[in-house]
Amino acid sequence: MPGSHARSAAPRRWWAFALVAPLLLFLLASFVLPVLLMLSRAVTDRELHTVWPESAAALRQWDGRGLPPDALAHEVARDMITARQAGTLNRVANRLNYDMVGSRSLLYGTADMLLSGVPGDSVAALARIDPRWGQPGIWAAMRHADGPFTSHYLLAALDRRLDNDDRVISVAPEQAVFANIYLRTFKISALVALFCVILGYPIAYLLASLPDRKANPLLILVLLPFWTSALVRTAAWAVLLQTNGVVNHALQNIGLIDAPVQLIYNRLGVYIAMTHVLLPFLILPLYGVMKGISPVAMRAASSLGATPLRAFLKVYLPQTLPGVAAGAIIVFTLALGYYVTPALVGGGADQMISASIAFYTNQSLNWGMAAALSLLLLVPLLLMLFAGRTLARTVPA
Amino acid sequence: MKVALRICGALAMLAAAACNSSSELRPLTVVGWGGSSQDAHRQAYWNGFTKSTGIALREDSWRGGVGVIRTKVVGGDASWDIVQVETEDLILGCEEGLFQRLDWAALGGRKAFLPSAVHDCGVGAMLWSYVIGYDGDRIKGPGPQSWADFWDVKRFPGKRGMRKTPKYSLEFALMADGVPADQVYPTLRTPAGVDRAFRKLDQIKPHVIWWSSISQVPDLLGSREVVMSVTSPGRLIVANRTEGRNFKLDWHGNIYAVDYWVILANSPRRAEAAQLLRYMTRPENQMRLASYIPTGLTNVEANRLADPALKKDTPSDPANMTDALELDANFWVEYGDQLTQRFNAWVAR
Repeated sequence: MPGSHARSAAPRRWWAFALVAPLLLFLLASFVLPVLLMLSRAVTDRELHTVWPESAAALRQWDGRGLPPDALAHEVARDMITARQAGTLNRVANRLNYDMVGSRSLLYGTADMLLSGVPGDSVAALARIDPRWGQPGIWAAMRHADGPFTSHYLLAALDRRLDNDDRVISVAPEQAVFANIYLRTFKISALVALFCVILGYPIAYLLASLPDRKANPLLILVLLPFWTSALVRTAAWAVLLQTNGVVNHALQNIGLIDAPVQLIYNRLGVYIAMTHVLLPFLILPLYGVMKGISPVAMRAASSLGATPLRAFLKVYLPQTLPGVAAGAIIVFTLALGYYVTPALVGGGADQMISASIAFYTNQSLNWGMAAALSLLLLVPLLLMLFAGRTLARTVPA
Repeated sequence: MKVALRICGALAMLAAAACNSSSELRPLTVVGWGGSSQDAHRQAYWNGFTKSTGIALREDSWRGGVGVIRTKVVGGDASWDIVQVETEDLILGCEEGLFQRLDWAALGGRKAFLPSAVHDCGVGAMLWSYVIGYDGDRIKGPGPQSWADFWDVKRFPGKRGMRKTPKYSLEFALMADGVPADQVYPTLRTPAGVDRAFRKLDQIKPHVIWWSSISQVPDLLGSREVVMSVTSPGRLIVANRTEGRNFKLDWHGNIYAVDYWVILANSPRRAEAAQLLRYMTRPENQMRLASYIPTGLTNVEANRLADPALKKDTPSDPANMTDALELDANFWVEYGDQLTQRFNAWVAR
């Protein structure tokens, strides 16, 4: 009876769960939670909310058309002075600067004028300090940032923004960059995964078919790129691929080309260097799968009259596909996060999205933007992995 | 006790902040930029400091970015005490309270230093710059004398190396377009000025190899991949000394900036950190730095004491300062996001 079976299995399952519970808790506390907290910055807006609570509340009540009432301007002026004295104005100034560049110096400059006694109790008074207070832009920026939630970062990561009337519009064409970088990132990663499969499959096959005595030294060669620093590896590729490099000389000497070709500091260099670095991640899982395939099936196929090619295609290849898929997914996923290698061997059009994420995280401290870009990298990746799993299940083995 | 320590260790792994005692056990930790610059600081200051005070030092290195420090301070990781930071990092970090305010009286007063080396949260560690570098074996006769020459691909055919950032590139473009150094940032603060800089960059773009790590520059020049490059002088001078190269520098229109020492707000060894800071900024100690790395000194008296022969190749030498431009870090804190975005879109086209 299936019911009684389930009942007897339940306590065992609980035991199993209790055993892994510490690990799960550890993962939750040290990995899942911090990641979620970081990603939440993509949609939350806490700066005005916490530093200027009164102004934020007043901003939420304002209908947002044109210029604000003088009472609101007065509130903002008061909060500006308090925040300047408390040393917290930077949080609001930097947040507004993300929406409207120039807000940072506008706020600091205005706060210092207010502190020196210049009146700021109305929109007109503020506009006498700086004419930008008399225009809707800065007030719209404040309204967009009044929290606790925001669409600013996600829109910006899609090259969009809210205009003064809260309509979603495209950013100026010369500022539109992220959609292209995303497409480029996914394209480079997919092609690198493909190149790894093409190059790695024969190597894994060779390793799996050799006796261990011979395979082990070769495996060490495969692992070598792991133990070399990215900078050293890149310098080595530069020696090989540069205009006066080894490869160009060789190609010229054998008469294949007349003049040196550009092999590095462009997309080709990125493909070569990334494929080299990531190849072990394809070879190792594939090697594991191939080692587990019994040679008996291939022998049986040949004895039944299959040609070697047919036996390979019909018997061997299908058994290795899980290894190919696992390796390709690992390579693809890791490639999505690369940015040092493309920066060093690529040209202007080869920057990947992680470079932007690193920029916003480390240089500009705009963690909301970093979180939004990460989210837009993570969601398509999870969708693709999920789709891949579903697809693998529906395909008959 | 052992069990308690182990539990403490486990907790520390779960939440990095849990065990403050572990940071008390480590030695005073100073963080530099690695490579030849860190070697120079070790030889000029750190060895002598440990010898004369008996305070053990631990070194770490990083590649900049105030976000790294924010993560540490906010996340409760007190593993660093003194860090060498760039100006934008100093401004953003100081505003956020990531650094301690310095006791300037103990450092000999603000007047003892170059004005640009003085900040509430940081004291200048060194003055560095970006200049034009080229291979004297390849360009014989008169080399480039200005950014206009750098842009002149007819007179000096060949590729150029430039740093793949809007910072420096936009400033150099405006200077190449005839904007005097003191007008560069006022021009960049206007939309028309930014357009002008990008239009000037358009002219040279087909001839540029973009580098992202300064360590690439000697290789790019040495392998003749580029004929001239934006570079920091130190790397090329070191290559001349150690590899017998004939790299040359042109200081016209160089951009200089100061790197600062800061003490992190969560440093558990504040008193010792302050002691090291005083040691590194005293003139008789700082003048030693010049003999290990061609860099500008921040202490006025140290500059006076340093060997004139060594000063010739440094950004703080008056002859190299005539039309130099000081990096406006406040400009880049405010416009950095927008211009980096625009630059990345531009450079990919």
